[in-house]
Amino acid sequence: MSLTNEKIKEKLVGKFGDQVGNFEESFGMLSFSAPKDMNLKVLQFLYDEPDLSFRFLTDLCAVHYPDKHDAELEVVYHLHNLKDNVRLRFRVSTPVSNPDLFTATKLFESANWMERETYDFYGVNFLGHPNLVRILNVDEMDYFPMRKEFPLEDQTRIDKDDDMFGR
Amino acid sequence: MPRPVRFNINADVKLVKEGPEGYMGEGFFATGFDKVVGLARKNSIWPLPFATSCCGIEFMATMGSHYDLARFGSERVGFSPRQCDLLMVMGTIAKKMGPVVKQVYLQMAEPRWVIAVGACASSGGIFDTYSVLQGIDQVVPVDVYVPGCPPRPEAILDGVMKIQDLVGKEELRRRTSERYKGLLESYGIQ
Repeated sequence: MSLTNEKIKEKLVGKFGDQVGNFEESFGMLSFSAPKDMNLKVLQFLYDEPDLSFRFLTDLCAVHYPDKHDAELEVVYHLHNLKDNVRLRFRVSTPVSNPDLFTATKLFESANWMERETYDFYGVNFLGHPNLVRILNVDEMDYFPMRKEFPLEDQTRIDKDDDMFGR
Repeated sequence: MPRPVRFNINADVKLVKEGPEGYMGEGFFATGFDKVVGLARKNSIWPLPFATSCCGIEFMATMGSHYDLARFGSERVGFSPRQCDLLMVMGTIAKKMGPVVKQVYLQMAEPRWVIAVGACASSGGIFDTYSVLQGIDQVVPVDVYVPGCPPRPEAILDGVMKIQDLVGKEELRRRTSERYKGLLESYGIQ
């Protein structure tokens, strides 16, 4: 195996210094984070560097941590190096009051729908996205349902007894 | 030699005389027009299955030879809304699916009936969540609800027979009445 997690970490720290951090390894998969305005630079570096060449975006999603002040929303990029078959996770946090983030659609075409989904459920505003509209939920929905402050149950109905439905 | 009768020899089997009240004589039978129309309609309902999940599987069993919905005059399941009388909504209807159900309902010609099969179509069921329509009666008027998750074929048959009962007893003027128009208007139809 040519490309190890240590090598990736070495390369990233060599390029970005202490701007990348929070290195973790869970089940053998490297995970790290960077400031939110660095997300495209890091992705581009991982893409372009011949030894790294993480050129496949497996997944893009978000997590809501309501207790983390000024870093409530975390966008996670799952990247895959198809040559060496190595995967990694790249995390970027953004405050929920200002959920702007640069879009990855210029780099990965597949980011288009995944960013729309992330916008749909978490309200992450991807700057520069060609068509940032809801993809799965109804167009009339006026909130972001996967954020923790919104209850899972449909709030529009009045005929269900709260005691019976565990509310 | 005649074949001996071995089964059900004590069963009290009679031909069911199903027919409306009326005057009968030699070669004629006179009754109300609405009763004849009701009789004809209720025994030739064309169902339109709108099956989205497991209740649809139960409906397939209902249509099969074992339970055989055809016994009740509903042999012909149509997949064109314009020719069907009974919209059978079976399964979870997501909010995004709501307009589709409504469009299918609008494409059906009057008189039309709707049956909501299963907990999801009736009330959203266990899917009390932001993405699921909490009962199709938010989109279209429903005549009969069949409970169950999913309901057994017997329950679906019972629901269809309840519909037959409604169809047979319906007044001829119901669909032009102010009350019916008000019902449709409450759903934003017409």
